[in-house]
Amino acid sequence: MDFSEEQIERYSRHIILADVGPEGQEAIMNGKVLIIGVGGLGSPAAFYLAAAGVGTIGLIDGDIVDLTNLQRQIIHTTPDLNKAKVISAKEKIEKLNPDVNTIVYQKLITSENIIEIIKDYDFVIDGTDNFPTKFLINDACVFIQKPFSHGGILRFDGQTMTYTPGNACYRCVFNGPPPKDAVPSCSQAGILGSIAGILGTIQATEALKYLIGIGDLLTNRMLIFDALNMNFNTVKFKRNMDCPVCGDKPTIKELIDEEQAACDLN
Amino acid sequence: MKIKVNGKDQEVKKTSISVYELLSENKVQRIDMVSVQLNEKFIRKEDFQTVLVKENDEVDFLFFMGGGKYSNSDE
Repeated sequence: MDFSEEQIERYSRHIILADVGPEGQEAIMNGKVLIIGVGGLGSPAAFYLAAAGVGTIGLIDGDIVDLTNLQRQIIHTTPDLNKAKVISAKEKIEKLNPDVNTIVYQKLITSENIIEIIKDYDFVIDGTDNFPTKFLINDACVFIQKPFSHGGILRFDGQTMTYTPGNACYRCVFNGPPPKDAVPSCSQAGILGSIAGILGTIQATEALKYLIGIGDLLTNRMLIFDALNMNFNTVKFKRNMDCPVCGDKPTIKELIDEEQAACDLN
Repeated sequence: MKIKVNGKDQEVKKTSISVYELLSENKVQRIDMVSVQLNEKFIRKEDFQTVLVKENDEVDFLFFMGGGKYSNSDE
């Protein structure tokens, strides 16, 4: 790839990194990353991936920007209220970096459309807020051997892991979504806005490492942080042979839309 | 006995304790919201009552975390 003068300048702080260099930057610019959910996690992820020059960024979200989103979903601004999140995010990405080709899907991801959408991407970022979709993303990525980053946040805590083919998946850790009655209520457990920033930025970093091919990804381990005490802890694990999707005797052989917790439907 | 829970030393007054009891000692009320690993092996929920944690064992609790809409315990 021949960089333009402007690109050499724009990406100079990447290019001078010994482990990135022009080859790494080229890998980023040839990369295709899909962000599922353009909310608390997807916003910072989209910003950093766009700034880094990721060639194609896919954005999928069926929601519109709501006032309660703006406390943490930093890609959306007050004038974007009631605008589709994918459109709002696309506009910011294009302003930040015209090199990026942004593809938007203004819809919910389902068992019907997920494979068709994710198959064209190199790496998937799970920035969703609900468990049925988290498990759907996991299963689809395991089925078609697509690397993805899981992210979850709650109050002052966050957790993230990366799946790559052959390594532990999200279902190795969590068998399936929590039962409906275990989800206390959607009266908002709450989230400190900047927690989403920490997590989404880690997810973007995993995507960039994967595209460049450097370092150790968060595979076979969960990074868990507690921001109140500012403790970061890593729990190691192995592929779970009892895993219903990637274990020795898988029981899940096709994609399912897990039942949505009732309180999340409104 | 001494064990490790999520990387931290923990003193337990007994010489062995079931996973279930250890969860309640650690004030985890919703066992359906937690995954438990004993010495880097996941324990099935149906075995929480019978699997015993012993001296020097390492236990990890992993909780569900969504996107800020769900809660992982009744605290």
